Amino acid sequence: MIRVEQLSKTYGDVRAVREVSFAVERGELFGLIGPDGAGKTSLIRILTTLLRADSGTATVGGYDVVTDYRAIRNTVGYMPGRFSLYQDLSIEENLHFFATLFGTTVRENYAVIRPIYEQIEPFKKRRAGQLSGGMKQKLALCCALVHQPTVLFLDEPTTGVDVVSRKEFWDMLGLLKSQGMTILVSTPYMDEASLCDRIALIQEGKILSVDTPAAIPGQYRGILLAVRADEIYALLKDLRALPWLKSCYAFGESIHCTVGQPADAARLREALTGHSNLEVKEIPASIEDCFIQLMNP
Amino acid sequence: MRTLRFLLQKEFRQIFRDRSILPMIFLMPTIQLLILPQAADFDVRSITLAVVDQDHSTYSRQLVSKVLATGYFHLTGMETSYQAALRYVEQDRADLILQIPAGFERKLVRENAQSLFVAIDAINGSKASIGGSYLTSIIGDFNNQIRFKWTGQMPSLLDIVYSHWYNPTKNYKNYMVPGILVLLLTLVGGFLSALNIVREKEIGTIEQINVTPIRKWEFILGKLIPFWVLGLVVFTLGLTIARFVYGIIPLGSIPLLYLFAGVYLIAILGFGLLISTYSQTQLQAMFVAFFFIMIFTLMSGLFTSTDSMPFWARVLSFLTPVTHFIEVVRMIVLKGSTFAEVRNQFGYLVLFAVFLNGWAILNYRKTS
Repeated sequence: MIRVEQLSKTYGDVRAVREVSFAVERGELFGLIGPDGAGKTSLIRILTTLLRADSGTATVGGYDVVTDYRAIRNTVGYMPGRFSLYQDLSIEENLHFFATLFGTTVRENYAVIRPIYEQIEPFKKRRAGQLSGGMKQKLALCCALVHQPTVLFLDEPTTGVDVVSRKEFWDMLGLLKSQGMTILVSTPYMDEASLCDRIALIQEGKILSVDTPAAIPGQYRGILLAVRADEIYALLKDLRALPWLKSCYAFGESIHCTVGQPADAARLREALTGHSNLEVKEIPASIEDCFIQLMNP
Repeated sequence: MRTLRFLLQKEFRQIFRDRSILPMIFLMPTIQLLILPQAADFDVRSITLAVVDQDHSTYSRQLVSKVLATGYFHLTGMETSYQAALRYVEQDRADLILQIPAGFERKLVRENAQSLFVAIDAINGSKASIGGSYLTSIIGDFNNQIRFKWTGQMPSLLDIVYSHWYNPTKNYKNYMVPGILVLLLTLVGGFLSALNIVREKEIGTIEQINVTPIRKWEFILGKLIPFWVLGLVVFTLGLTIARFVYGIIPLGSIPLLYLFAGVYLIAILGFGLLISTYSQTQLQAMFVAFFFIMIFTLMSGLFTSTDSMPFWARVLSFLTPVTHFIEVVRMIVLKGSTFAEVRNQFGYLVLFAVFLNGWAILNYRKTS
């Protein structure tokens, strides 16, 4: 459904997108995972025909993003990262307005937006500017869906939204996916990665890895150990002093270390005998661990 | 067409919902038309005068009272020395000093000639020259009176009779009001349209619009038509105020005035659109629009006649649409000119409309 080949975009000295290639299949929920400034927004803007790439090609639904941009604008839905609906128009007015721009009506496509729209319908006379963050986001999603797009682009839809709304939002994406919609979503949150069918880890404009969320931890090189003790700071200092550790970083309440072979766990325990309540445990790598490893090869 | 209708519906809805735009659209013309013509008045009245009378004779007193009787001068000091009178000028209490030397009457009677001294504070050039010439003509008149008294006949002079056409009472307001009307249209068309489009960029709604299949011309027309309509509403309001407050009834045809206003608005809306395509924020658009509208206004002959400008300035003035429209409005309102007399200006305005809009449309892109 989406095919990206060798796409590059440069702003002055900044190489926002560097020779990116990937493909998204029909009906897939595809996640672009990466920190702020990784090039996610630029990539999505190129695919939604808002930005022209310097080199490379991309097609969405079989249409080229440069030559068939008009066809793409008819068939894709786009929800920008920043809330960009009319704050001085009501929920209803915004929805009708965007339906009209796509040459359709809300009634015609009510089935598509119904599950989401029902949640905000009681407030339909309220101006968009007076809605809560979660409701704004639902409205934006409705507006992006009002013309029954075949591909939906969501740029960091859950940034700045509370945990409950985030969960609800991902439930809605799951629902849309079950209806056969192709969805490309970008997010800086690693925990959301597992909710996608496949993810691309992106950093400094480059794609580090593309795989299913389940397979990505399998790509982890070495053995991951979670180390805990009473004095975390002293522990981190001691760990950093060990030259044979491949990596070592604080991760939540414990410290994650990478070592080369299983025997190194015992060696580590020996080196840290001075710490009280020391705990060294081999754990499976999470997507975030993989990401950190890919970022610092 | 259906899309355009909805775009217009949305624009009007937003305009009517805005708490500052709508009141401004009605208050601005009212206040500007009520205040500006009163203040921007080039008639010079109440010139302050200090007199140094060193003669204290019948003639010197007659001269002073004649000067004051005109009503243009306001006596702020009677001094005996020039130095003392100069203090008045230094303290900005007097614009002019009239010095009557000792032996004024005697010399006038005996030698049939006398000189007077007039010192003028020339910081405000026009006030100084107008005040000076008033005083000169009063003194000349006084001179003739004395001669008449002595010789019993008027000196043979070229007598000039004036006939003031189109504005017989030389009322400055008749000149200013049509000009200010033009200024109002320029503000509504130039500022509001530029700011409105840039606002869509600033709040990001243009992103959402740009991914829709909407056509460029639909979006642009959707933006321009509401302000075109508002501009004509303001124009109508302005004409009404001119009629009922200043009693200025256009001598020429009203439809012709509206034809020009319509074309002029298209030109100035194109200018606003052009600014918006180059600006990213409302602040930028505001500054750029302000810069140009300031130049347009000062170069347009609203306050000063373009004919007295240096050549380069006249060229610049010719290249601003405001100039031509002010000229036309004054001609139609005050002279009752018909289309044949203003068809050149019509051509210029059409050219401006085509040029500014063409440039803006070329520069407006949905893809960055």
